[in-house]
Parts: sequence; structure tokens; C-alpha cells
Amino acid sequence: MSEAIAESGAIDSSKRTWLIASGCAGAVGGIAAAVPFVSSFQPSEKAKAAGAAVEADISALKPGEKMTVEWRGKPVWIVRRTPEQLAALPKLDGQLADPESLRKPGEQTPKYAMNVGRSIKPEYFVTVGICTHLGCSPNDKFQTGPQSSLPDDWQGGFFCPCHGSTFDLAGRVYKNKPAPDNLEVPPHMYLSDTKLLIGEDKKA
Amino acid sequence: MAEFHEISPNASLGEKTLNWVDNRFPLSKLFKEHMSEYYAPKNFNIWYIFGSLSLLVLVIQIVTGIFLVMHYKPDAALAFASVEYIMRDVPWGWLIRYMHSTGASAFFVLVYLHMFRGLMYGSYRKPRELVWLFGCGIFLALMAEAFMGYLLPWGQMSYWGAQVIVNLFSAIPFIGPDLALLIRGDFVVGDATLNRFFSFHVIAVPLVLLGLVVAHIIALHEVGSNNPDGVEIKATKDANGKPLDGIPFHPYYSVHDIFGVSVFLFVFSAIVFFAPEMGGYFLEYNNFIPADPFQTPLHIAPVWYFTPFYTLLRAVTTELMYVLQACVAVGAVLAVVKGKLPMVFKAGIVGAAVVIIAMMHSIDPKFWGVVAMGGGVVILFFLPWLDNSPVKSIRYRPDWHKYLYALFVVNFLVIGYLGTQPVSDIAGRISQAGTLFYFGFFLLMPWWSRLGTFKPVPSRVTFTPH
Repeated sequence: MSEAIAESGAIDSSKRTWLIASGCAGAVGGIAAAVPFVSSFQPSEKAKAAGAAVEADISALKPGEKMTVEWRGKPVWIVRRTPEQLAALPKLDGQLADPESLRKPGEQTPKYAMNVGRSIKPEYFVTVGICTHLGCSPNDKFQTGPQSSLPDDWQGGFFCPCHGSTFDLAGRVYKNKPAPDNLEVPPHMYLSDTKLLIGEDKKA
Repeated sequence: MAEFHEISPNASLGEKTLNWVDNRFPLSKLFKEHMSEYYAPKNFNIWYIFGSLSLLVLVIQIVTGIFLVMHYKPDAALAFASVEYIMRDVPWGWLIRYMHSTGASAFFVLVYLHMFRGLMYGSYRKPRELVWLFGCGIFLALMAEAFMGYLLPWGQMSYWGAQVIVNLFSAIPFIGPDLALLIRGDFVVGDATLNRFFSFHVIAVPLVLLGLVVAHIIALHEVGSNNPDGVEIKATKDANGKPLDGIPFHPYYSVHDIFGVSVFLFVFSAIVFFAPEMGGYFLEYNNFIPADPFQTPLHIAPVWYFTPFYTLLRAVTTELMYVLQACVAVGAVLAVVKGKLPMVFKAGIVGAAVVIIAMMHSIDPKFWGVVAMGGGVVILFFLPWLDNSPVKSIRYRPDWHKYLYALFVVNFLVIGYLGTQPVSDIAGRISQAGTLFYFGFFLLMPWWSRLGTFKPVPSRVTFTPH
């Protein structure tokens, strides 16, 4: 076959055109066949449906305590801050990476939580307990003062055991830590004084 | 295509059978090419055992894995208990499971030693670049295999390790978060993730791994093995065209390797029976607690074989980014001042440096940490083109090269150790120095590997009969 071409010296270019065309058609078919397989990696309808809002009863939460509820498989923390803890927050601004949550507008902090305490009611702080670095769940470090892995003038907050990021009691990340952003404040609203709805807010 | 070969009617039944097969499948031919007439250098030392041993461990992993799958349940609600069931209720299940878990660590010990052998004797140099590239592919596939396998027991470390590593992908600008979602199949690591990792671990990655192993060996047998002297044995042949310094793999090295296998199995069994957890390094203590999505363990660290690369990840902070930006700037200035390049190239280098520095400035250090971790593995692929030394083997390199290699090993062990430890200021600084050294070793290799006085390389291998 190749000898025949070598002898005659002629290449039938119309055949080559059709070879290229059918090769391209085959490639398109191959890519199309890959679509259902790649799509099957996406979250299933069941996983998406599990993202519904959850209610939390905060009537038993005492000042200085934290409770955890599950929303979309993630831990959501509700912290009832003491007046002292609230008073310490504004003093920390200089040590924080993004004290006013301006870095990713609208993503980490809803509009109604764009304040010093990053909350609707100053006392109750609601946040997703997942570090913005690589998704570990930080530990409570509410005790103030010197302790291992933390600075000596620690004012209380959260410490991520994976890569050492620290957050204050408004979930704001300290400077020079691996986590780039403040902890996410999920959409939430008060159904009554003691009932919180996490995952939905009043969109007028 | 071979001619049909008739055999004498008086031949034995065995010979007739072999002839029948050989006329239909190249059995004898393959055996000759890869075993009895594959000539390997006669001066192999102990460093040349780790390739065969890796193959043995691959077989152990496949066989034990097949049996574990018979009892394991890839379901977030059942997985942890099913592993405990294997350990307690399945007859001899504990042994099969410990062989599999110890095998994973043994695999990495052997592969690291095997790779270091290549580094020492220049086994990746021309014409063995593809042997090395397939090998690096095996290393990468092995890391994927180990990582996905580690999720399956569904313990605390399984869960949080997977959470951290999958979130690494979300650090990639623009496509990251969607990519992480596609990998997890859910908004957090969950049942969907466990199921797909199981599928990858037991079928997809092993198939790739086996293919790469075959390619690695075919490429090796095409070019022939290197040796501790870095001398090409094919350059000196006898009248029959056989290398004078080569001996047939079978029986010489097959017997030699069986001895190595026996010694290895002594050590392997000792670990399987007496220290399968290896003090928390092979099986982490926190992994004996079922996965809890609400509580990250107080201290999380990957299994030991990932820790050097984990340290590269952790070392990249805002401060280190300034150092790296300075490194890029210095590199660009040196290229312009010292480099013998046309002006167009120099302008290109300066432009690229400005773009890289701008990107380093604007994208999170988190992303660059991921780049460092991935880069730490990917840079190995480039080794054949980074090494410009006029000799292959460390034996004929200047003495200070040996010290530099020793320092590289020490540094690798130190960053490996630091990766198992909690973060602290001092450890952070050492990690950063170690990270700079790790990349400096490779990225500056084109220059330093040429420096110094090299010793003359003999034309034949050095070998004393024993």
C-alpha cells in the first residue's frame, strides 16, 4: 500500500480530507459521550435537596456558651457573647486581616451582619464553623490570656488545628495566617426571640 | 511475525506443548527478552533491589485488596464498622487488613529509596528519561491511590484529611470551588465522596498504575539498566553482541532478588505482626475514632509519606510570598545581566517575571501553597533536563556534590518530620527554609550540577568478583 503510493508519488488528498473530517466527527462524538460521565460527578438531586434551612432554639444558650447545629452537612455555630467579649472586639482591628469584611463583598458576610460583631443581634454570633483555609473545623479558645499555639494577649476566639489560623469572636481572621477570609456568616433570620432560622433570610 | 516452527515428532510432551504455544504466542521470546537474555550490569549493589521489591508490594496490595473488598462496605454509615468487622470478626481479617495498611507504607519506603537510587546514579539521564517519567507517573498514581484509600476506613483522619486535600483544589482561582464540588459530589465530604473514592481506589487508579508499571519496565528493558558507575554496558560488547559487563537477569538477578525478597519479608512480617500502627505513623490513632463532621481532631497530620509535601503547603504564608517574589525578581535580573540571550528573550523573561510577581501579589498565599505542594512532586518530572552534570553517577562527581545530596536527604527528612508536627513559630521558620532549599536544589541544579572537578569515568564498570 505505502509502496504503491511511493511508486506513483501521488497522494489522494480528497481521501485525506475525509480522514480528517471523520477524525473530527469521532472526536466530537467522544467528547459528547464524556458529558454524562463527567456530569455524574456533580452533587445528586438528593444532595442538593439536603440543603434546606434549619431551625435552632437558642433559649437555653447562656452567655459565653456555644451551640452547634447542622446545615448542609456543615457545623453552624451560635455563640452567645458576653459584654466583655463584645467590648474586646473593636480593639482587635489592627491585628486582623480584614476587620470590616470587605475582601469578598456579599460572600462571607450578609449585608445585615456588616457590623462590628458580624451579627444581627450583637450578643448572638452565627457562623459556619469551617475554616476558610482548607475546611477544617476550628476549636473553641474562649479562655483569654497566654496558652499554647496562641499569642500572649489572646482575647478569646477560635483556633484551627490544621494550619494554625486564628479567628476572633466575630470570626474575623488574624493577619499573617493561612486562612484568607473571615469565617462565613450563613444567611439567617430570627423567627422569634429564641428561634433562629439558618439557611434563609428575609429577601424583601 | 515468526515462521511456523515444526518440532521433531520424538520431542517430549513439554517441548511439544511449548512449541505449540510459541507458534501462537511469543512466550519463549518474551521470556528471553525480559528474563534469560535481558543483560543487566553485573555491578548492581543493594540499591538495585527496591524496584523488584516495589513490584512485590504491588502484588501484595492487589491480593490483600481483593480480599478486603469482599467484606468492606463503601457507605458512610457502615464503612467504619465494616473495617472493625474485618479486624474482629472476619477469620484472619486482621492480618489481611494489616498487610494492606503496612503494605501502603512499605510501598512508599521502597519507592522513595528507589527514586533516591535514581538520583544518586543519574538513572534518569539520556537515554532513560522516559523510564524516569513513567516512574514519576507511578509515584503520582501511588499518591492518589494512597490518599483515596485512606478515606475508606471513614475515621476522623480519613475524613478531615480528605476534607483538607479536596479543599486544596478550591484554592485554584475561578474554577476551584466548582472543581472541589465535582470531586466531592456534595457540599461537604460525605457518602458520595466515599463511594467515588472507593471506585477510584479499587479499579480506576490500579488500572492506571499497572499500565504505568508495564510501560516503566518496557522502557527500562528497551534502554537497559543503569548501574552504580553510570557506565553504558552496551558500549562494550563481546563477539556475540552481548555486553561484556552484563549478566542475564535470569538466573543471576532473579535468584539475587529472591534473597532480597526473603530479607524484606522478614522485616515486613515483623511490622505486620508486632507494630502495624508503627506508633501512629502507619495508622494514625485518631483514625480509630469514627468520622465526625463537626469536630476536627486537635492535631491533624497526613500519613508520614505525604508529610514532606504537606510541609511545602504549610510553609507558604504571606511572608514567604515576599521572599519568593524577591527570588523571581533576582532570577530575572540575573538572566538579563548574566544570560547570553538575545534581547527578545531577555525582554520576555522580564515580562514573565513581572506577570508572575503581580500574580503572586494578587492571589492568596493559600493558592501558592497548593502550587508549592504540587510543584514539589511535578518538579521531579523535570529532573532529566535539570541535571547538567558531565557524569551520571555520584561516584565520579565532586565530593561537595555528595554533601549536597546528603543535605537534600536530611532536609527531606526534616520537612517530613515537621509535617507531622503541630504548627509553631520555630517549626514554621524551619519549614520555610526547608521549602526554599528543596526548590533551590532542583531549580538551581542546571548551574550547580556543572560546577566542580569531576573524576574520570572508567570505560568498564568497577566490579570485584566475590
